[in-house]
Amino acid sequence: MSESIDYKLVGTSPVRPDGVDKVTGRAQYGADLNLPNQIHGKVLRSPYAHARIKRIDTSRAMAMPGVYAVITGEDFPPPPEHGDVGGEAGGSIGDLARVIMARDKALYHGHAVAAVAARSLRIADEALAAIEVEYEVLEPVLDLDAAMAPGAPLLDENCFTKNLPEKTDKPSNIAEVMVLSRGDVDQGFEQADVIVEGEYRIPMAHQGYIEPHACIANTNEAGQSTVWCCTQAHFDFRAITAKVLNMNVADLKFIASEIGGGFGGKTVVYLEPLAVLLSLKARRPVKMKMTREEVFRATGPTSGTHCKIKVGAKKDGTLTAATAWMAYEAGAYAGSPMGAGAMTVFVPYDLENFKVEGYEVLLNKPKVGAYRAPGAPQSMHAMESAMDDLARELNMDPLDLRLKNAAEEGTRAPYGPKFPVIGLKECLRAAKAHPNYTRALPEGAGRGVAVGFWFNFGLQSSAEVHINENGTVTVVEGNPDIGGSRASMCIMAAETLGVPYESVRTLIGDTESTGFSNSTGGSRTTFATGMAVVRACEDIIAQCRARAAVTWGIDEDQVLWVDGQAIPASGVNDELKPLSLADIAENAAKTGGPLLSRASLTAKGAGPSFSVNIADLQVDRETGKIDVLAFTAIQDAGRAIHKAYVEGQLQGGAAQGLGWALNEEYIYNADGIMENAGFLDYRMPVASDLPMIDTHIVEVPNPRHPYGVRGVGETPIVAPLAATANAVRDAIGIRIHDLPLSPPRVLAALDAAGD
Amino acid sequence: MNKIQVITSINHEEVEFLCEPQETLLDVLRETLGRTGTKEGCATGDCGACSVLVDDRLVCSCLVLAAETGGREITTIEGIATEEGLHPIQQKFLDHAALQCGICTPGLIIATKSLLDRHPDPDETTIRYWLAGNLCRCTGYDKIVRAVQDVARDLAGPA
Repeated sequence: MSESIDYKLVGTSPVRPDGVDKVTGRAQYGADLNLPNQIHGKVLRSPYAHARIKRIDTSRAMAMPGVYAVITGEDFPPPPEHGDVGGEAGGSIGDLARVIMARDKALYHGHAVAAVAARSLRIADEALAAIEVEYEVLEPVLDLDAAMAPGAPLLDENCFTKNLPEKTDKPSNIAEVMVLSRGDVDQGFEQADVIVEGEYRIPMAHQGYIEPHACIANTNEAGQSTVWCCTQAHFDFRAITAKVLNMNVADLKFIASEIGGGFGGKTVVYLEPLAVLLSLKARRPVKMKMTREEVFRATGPTSGTHCKIKVGAKKDGTLTAATAWMAYEAGAYAGSPMGAGAMTVFVPYDLENFKVEGYEVLLNKPKVGAYRAPGAPQSMHAMESAMDDLARELNMDPLDLRLKNAAEEGTRAPYGPKFPVIGLKECLRAAKAHPNYTRALPEGAGRGVAVGFWFNFGLQSSAEVHINENGTVTVVEGNPDIGGSRASMCIMAAETLGVPYESVRTLIGDTESTGFSNSTGGSRTTFATGMAVVRACEDIIAQCRARAAVTWGIDEDQVLWVDGQAIPASGVNDELKPLSLADIAENAAKTGGPLLSRASLTAKGAGPSFSVNIADLQVDRETGKIDVLAFTAIQDAGRAIHKAYVEGQLQGGAAQGLGWALNEEYIYNADGIMENAGFLDYRMPVASDLPMIDTHIVEVPNPRHPYGVRGVGETPIVAPLAATANAVRDAIGIRIHDLPLSPPRVLAALDAAGD
Repeated sequence: MNKIQVITSINHEEVEFLCEPQETLLDVLRETLGRTGTKEGCATGDCGACSVLVDDRLVCSCLVLAAETGGREITTIEGIATEEGLHPIQQKFLDHAALQCGICTPGLIIATKSLLDRHPDPDETTIRYWLAGNLCRCTGYDKIVRAVQDVARDLAGPA
């Protein structure tokens, strides 16, 4: 399936260059830096899910010994009225400014309403307690359906639903609607021999990165600030901080620390503008870090959803029509992955007639943030569950049903364009051929399959390549390394230049020392930044050929670059001894000076990636507990650069998806307070919850990347939700539509079925 | 506030510090002593990122009061490698790509050391239950478990 190309390094799994520092405790993460004279910042958070802020009195806090600064919404410039933050769950800059610090209304429990900077964390906590806030408590809106109903309490009296056929002057909690359609669904359903329907609900879930958000800002009297923080996107953080504080981008320097997980959640700014402003007022460095509880209550999880699906097919399995209705929680402000949910729900299938209606809904919960393939896991859980039901109705193998309808190159995607080369059918065939698909199940166990997908993004990236005086290579780029990307950059640079992996080092530059790059997100780093690295290396090769030509006194076009050295073109000048990169570097002073190159680009042609997962599990009928017996993640990577880290993305995504499917959920009480804001009760998978996760990397190279990369990070979380639900259906004979499939829910379903 | 004087041993080196009564061992390690290799993920004993050994017992340092540690022997991630180089557990974590972001890695290495000190030849279930107090959100644990199995095989010597 993959054409054989004789790479020396691409597809291997060397040790990462930043590895030793990470296994010895040297690597510095967000909370690991301390500066001389630093003080500590803390945030006062709303105790109500929905309240008008009538008055804030900070005078007592400000008068306390050891308190250096107190800020509220009044200390910020007015939220910008224009401008959006892109990305996978963005929003308007003005709304993000209000997430960072509430102005007239607190819209979720945990919403920032004030912040202090003090000599110690203890004094900071005491100062928070001394701030008086008068609230007018309002009725919280906590349920999707209730929030959409006419007459629901409004979060924002100025929210008018976007994209309605006719403009409305009636405010609503529905921030936006989206309709995607093709063909004639009524006619399609008439042609169907079988129709299945289902209604699915999934609560909010958190990315669950182990490192809480942290930063330290050092602002001087001229308003110039250096910010060290854990982020997936230090350039984007700089831009947003500048807009929220009405500062000049050039006055802000952002340094990305090592990052302890993000999964989309650290593409969103929360603390940094607070720290910059507190530091300006206190004239000292201000360090801020969230507690785990703050991470749960006040950062952006992904949307809770409600989806309704209807699918029709002929007896032979050909899909004739499908409709989807879906509502996504945006949380307190507009900006959710509903659009991606709508675009992905039917994406694996060649479908002539379909209609998707999406609704994005405001309610008194944290503004959602990006979480790995934002929007797709929820909508595809609904469709892939329905496909499983359909396969049962048709008495067809579920993979055969999907193969029968699978999209391929040239199929028009539901969101418009025709697919370029994709590997869905290859993944489905690999699943069918996989021994784990046909292995006998223990008695009472169930098996489920599902398809996953993500678009993958390109966006802007920069890279520089420096050749050191001994011929070793330094790559500088601007994407925080969240899962081994330095190693991938080193592999691509070494492969391109023809030098050993060990002679290349990759550094993540700060915003002053390297060119702009968008976030480490959208599965774009190895694709887009990798492309910039390869281009910069190609430029080095061109320079090396020119330097060799100068050294040899021959024409540049008489010099070839082969296996990391300049050689004369065959037939002429055969007597010349090849010049290695080290030879050329040593001689650089005489041939034109240091060798360095750079590339910057807006990467086009990110290759969509599909996956197929196979889940085997057992249900304890006494307790409702589910044991995962085996899990197989099959995915088209285009081409794996660092094989072990690609496997790691598939395994990690599977584990997150399984956690979401089985146990993870935001549980709210009637007042809108999350009741499980800690790792004990927000139950993420631990080692004893999971089996080994088998991986199979399919390689259908992306022709738009020099090494065929598609991007792999996000797709792996999509299919586990439905694969798990389908395996439960197989094991107990009951379709449980809602997630998570936690013991109480499974037990209730068994009880209801009279088991 | 009156501070408490504590004399203890960290990675076989005598250390003296002053702490407030409510400060945890994690607070002191990270903030007072600058040993930031031990990570804070939750401060409630649920994630294991702050795992250290106190007298060879695996603990979450966020649940131990610093004032209680007088006269103890504390082992942190900074004390695992030796003059000869990385500890085999550290090397196998690298070889198996058993870390992605790496924030949980110090705690997992400490927990693995504690496991292998007691059970030099653990089966997969033992490994998974022993490490169940250490959350990793990136890897799905597969490569971590394999790294631990590989260290155990090596420590057992040639069959």
